[in-house]
Amino acid sequence: MNYTITHRTIYDYPAAVSASFHAARFEPQTFEGQKCTDFELRVWPPPAVQKVRTDYFGNRVSFFSIQEMHRRLEVSARSRVAVKAATPPALALSEPWEKVRERFRDPVSPADVQPYEFCLDSPLIMATPQLADYAKASFPAGVPALVGVRDLARRIFREFKYDPRATTVATPIDEVFRKRAGVCQDFAHIAIASLRSLGIPARYVSGYLRTVPPPGKERLVGADASHAWFAAYCPQQGWLEFDPTNDLLVGEDHIRVAVGRDFSDVSPLSGILTGGGEHEVNVSVDVRPEG
Amino acid sequence: MTISETAEKTKGAASIAGSYAQRAGVFDELLGRGGVPREHWKTLLSELDALGGAELSHRSESANRIILEQGITYNVYGDPRGRERPWQLDPIPFVLDGAEWAKLGKALTQRAVLINRVLADCYGPQDLLRSGWLPPALLFAQPEFLRPAHGIRPPGGIHLHFYAADVARSPDGQWWVLNDRTQIPTGSGYALANRLVSSRVLPEAFRNCGVQRVAGYFRQVQSTLASLCSRRTDEPRVVMLTPGPYNETYFEQAYLARYLGYSLVEGQDLTVRDERVYLKTLSGLEPVDVILRRLDDDFCDPLELRSDSTLGIPGLVEAVRAGNVAVANALGTGLLESPAFMPFLPGLSRHVLGEELLMPSVATWWCGQKPAEAYVREHSGELELRPAFRRHRGFAGAAWDAKDLERQIRFAPHLWTAQERVALSTSPCWDGAHLSPHPTALRVYLVATPDGGYTVMPGGLARLGAESSAQFVTMQGGGASKDTWVLSDGPVEETTLIHPAGGVVELRRVGNNLPSRLADNYFWLGRYAERADATGRLLRSALLRFNPESAGSEAPLIAPLLETLSAQGQFPDGCGGTADELEAALLAAVYDPSNPGSLRGLADKAEQLAMLVRDRTSNDVWRALSGFNECVSASPDGTEPLATDAIAGINRLLLQVASFYGLSRENMTRAQGWRFLDMGMRIERALYLATFLSHALRAEMADNPSVLEAVLEVADSTITYRSRYSLLPNLAAVYDLVLLDDTNPRSLLFQLLQLEKHFARLPREKQSALPTEAQRLLVGSVASVRLLDPRELSERNAGWHAGQTGVVLRDILQNLPRLSDAIAASYFAHSSISRA
Repeated sequence: MNYTITHRTIYDYPAAVSASFHAARFEPQTFEGQKCTDFELRVWPPPAVQKVRTDYFGNRVSFFSIQEMHRRLEVSARSRVAVKAATPPALALSEPWEKVRERFRDPVSPADVQPYEFCLDSPLIMATPQLADYAKASFPAGVPALVGVRDLARRIFREFKYDPRATTVATPIDEVFRKRAGVCQDFAHIAIASLRSLGIPARYVSGYLRTVPPPGKERLVGADASHAWFAAYCPQQGWLEFDPTNDLLVGEDHIRVAVGRDFSDVSPLSGILTGGGEHEVNVSVDVRPEG
Repeated sequence: MTISETAEKTKGAASIAGSYAQRAGVFDELLGRGGVPREHWKTLLSELDALGGAELSHRSESANRIILEQGITYNVYGDPRGRERPWQLDPIPFVLDGAEWAKLGKALTQRAVLINRVLADCYGPQDLLRSGWLPPALLFAQPEFLRPAHGIRPPGGIHLHFYAADVARSPDGQWWVLNDRTQIPTGSGYALANRLVSSRVLPEAFRNCGVQRVAGYFRQVQSTLASLCSRRTDEPRVVMLTPGPYNETYFEQAYLARYLGYSLVEGQDLTVRDERVYLKTLSGLEPVDVILRRLDDDFCDPLELRSDSTLGIPGLVEAVRAGNVAVANALGTGLLESPAFMPFLPGLSRHVLGEELLMPSVATWWCGQKPAEAYVREHSGELELRPAFRRHRGFAGAAWDAKDLERQIRFAPHLWTAQERVALSTSPCWDGAHLSPHPTALRVYLVATPDGGYTVMPGGLARLGAESSAQFVTMQGGGASKDTWVLSDGPVEETTLIHPAGGVVELRRVGNNLPSRLADNYFWLGRYAERADATGRLLRSALLRFNPESAGSEAPLIAPLLETLSAQGQFPDGCGGTADELEAALLAAVYDPSNPGSLRGLADKAEQLAMLVRDRTSNDVWRALSGFNECVSASPDGTEPLATDAIAGINRLLLQVASFYGLSRENMTRAQGWRFLDMGMRIERALYLATFLSHALRAEMADNPSVLEAVLEVADSTITYRSRYSLLPNLAAVYDLVLLDDTNPRSLLFQLLQLEKHFARLPREKQSALPTEAQRLLVGSVASVRLLDPRELSERNAGWHAGQTGVVLRDILQNLPRLSDAIAASYFAHSSISRA
């Protein structure tokens, strides 16, 4: 499936901004199964400095800074991405989860050092015995690890209410866990924290989701936002992605942009301004399938 | 065994160390086997004996006086005002002999080299994780591992420019490392201050012991930092980045910045443009080459590091990545401060350096490894449990009960370490009457050299625990310190920072450009000093005229004084109550520390501002300023001050202010700092004078000689008046003197003319043919004052304020605040930072 994705962000500032610095992560990744064939980032007013590099987690990040007075910032990212349909993995063939956990205890073998990083606490996620208990229900003794993960994603889908008013970007996960409500970011965090509390590597994935239009209707433009889900690691299968918000194994409808330990590593657009005040943000995302 | 039983037999006379009682089970620095003083202490001991106990106590007092006078302080957290506590220094130095020091220095140099290599690997290829020499959790689970710094290779491959180790001696005489300081090794400035004090109070002993000098270390600091500059320039710009005056070691930062010749800057003084760091100064942006950081690295850039930091510089990491600025220590060095690394250093030393580690660390177990966890569980009672990583959330130290802790460790063992408790060696301290043994640990400082080695400061900060304890206390807990004397085997090399090696110095008449924030602080320091002066004069005149015997009859004379203070919000309105109420209100206006407008409040504020320009202020000026609040502090024994006490206190305060003015006028070059100080002072003086005169003109008896006398008194012009006119104060003559006489440094016109002179000399942002708003305001005010004819006042019998003089005063009162705002807008515009 080929997509054209447009992601526009507009900031309106009540007071003039004299200088600003931003980091943007909008460029979809290229890997086995996905190829970003074209990417363009447009910023208005034109930045004095703009640089692209690859961050610690392998994401493309664009740094730019605006050094002229402005009251409005417009950042628009356009990408074309080809996503290959893959045969769904056989979850039941994965190792028993206890074996996976054993692997990620010190000393870990050199081959496991990279995923091991995602077993440990990160800025927004801390393992706790409570979350380990919550996860346990999906991991009876000897169950293949990925079967357990799939079940955990389903339980989060069923037991947590999708409610954009319940949380904000800054709501800590123990509060999400108490409220049993939130949005895609919160569900991904809950899943990751639960798996890490058991000792299974899990990471955060940000990206886009194609919204399938209802029959006979135009698909809505701009109604979508960026999406988030998680990936879990198993030695033979590598990283496998699950979407707890939609109770799905990630497939052709998902476009991956960035991965990290949690949201703080992949935030699409962050910035530090001189001036500005309480600003307004407008985000629109359009994921358009082509043929 | 005490020394008196052995040494004294041979000596006869009473030794200063006569009653020194060595403690059992620990190593004593002074006494060796059989209670005999160790060889390297003998010279010092005989010098101390020559002084005698009484003289030593006297010297100890002078040490305390020097500390107070120099303002050597350490801020203790938790005090709402961040109160500064005087530094505590024991007069007896910690003595080490040269040969032993050389061994210690070699071991710590090896350790610094090793730590730098480990840092380079962690922020580079991470081979040590894959080869199994370093457990990956030590890196990955650490909040101190700054991922944005990964892949940045600092100049010369040096991450760790500054390193300090806390070392101590165990009962068998062996040295151990207790802590590695790799983030911001603090305390070298205190070590320098200690040296200054101890060499001054024990000059004979200092000379005769052959003490190695520490200046060479600081010269190396300068040349190492200069070598990090990537621009081709003869004069690399190095700045010291501070978290600000509330940091516990702010004194040290200001002290070192002044000693090393660097600007002390806050994050808001710096800005990144085109991937370069610049210092915002009065005449524009100036490039910065090297940042000596006293700010924790994760606070340094809110864009890529901690987004909640308000102390950093957005875009700094990109500038570092681009190689346009060097940061020392490099971003991310705090990693190796974790005690969890200690058990792995011997193996790493063999693997990375091919050498045995020369000095062991205090025995440490990292619970992330199964056998270590099991050992710690079994021996938990004997070990000191420490979080493996700083800022480990959820840790509340002693508040945890054992069961809770046990559960924590079982769930996340990699977050914990345990260490053996060390019985520190003891060294002799002067307790006022004799020497007594205190547990002592030593912090040793190293600086990297451009060739990849390290230079050790021969000396260091010796820190003391209470006599009874075996553990030393932290500085934050409030312990005392000692200077460390490393004895020289040969002649002592004399070095000073005045003549850096080689090179011809370019002569200059102006200093480095003043950061805008400092200009702001100078300006307000000038304003507050003058506000204290003006308020003091008004209150003194009121107190002198206040007479409880004839309450009420003096009211018309006092009213303009008090109305002036009320107009500035410094005195309650409508103070026509009883004599008692009035007296209480007057005393509160002097002493009440909770009222920011009281004299005491103003003195505190002036002191706070002085603190902000501390690195650019001479010790004399500082002493004058810090004496302000002592003059107007109520007596500590709680007795109620009387009106006469208040008058005496104000007299002292006015003298302090005068000596501050005198010192700043005579000792500060006529550069930008002084100019802003003087501008602040002039504006404030003009403001108080104009306010007071317009109230005096409103008084029913404005032409009454008693009221006019008060006018002369407040304007400090009584003597001048008497020398000119041998008659009772006359309305026109008095107002001419205090308004129009441009030879009278207290007159309104004089203040305005001074301000005009300053403006002409200040850098202008844009060259424009038109005057700035501030200049317009000034030109208008000067002209209207010059055109006044005070004789118009004598022609009236009442309603003096309605005349031309009154109108001009009201205009000036409107213009002065606008002038102050205009100055702020053109020179101090450090805009606020927000986040998106």
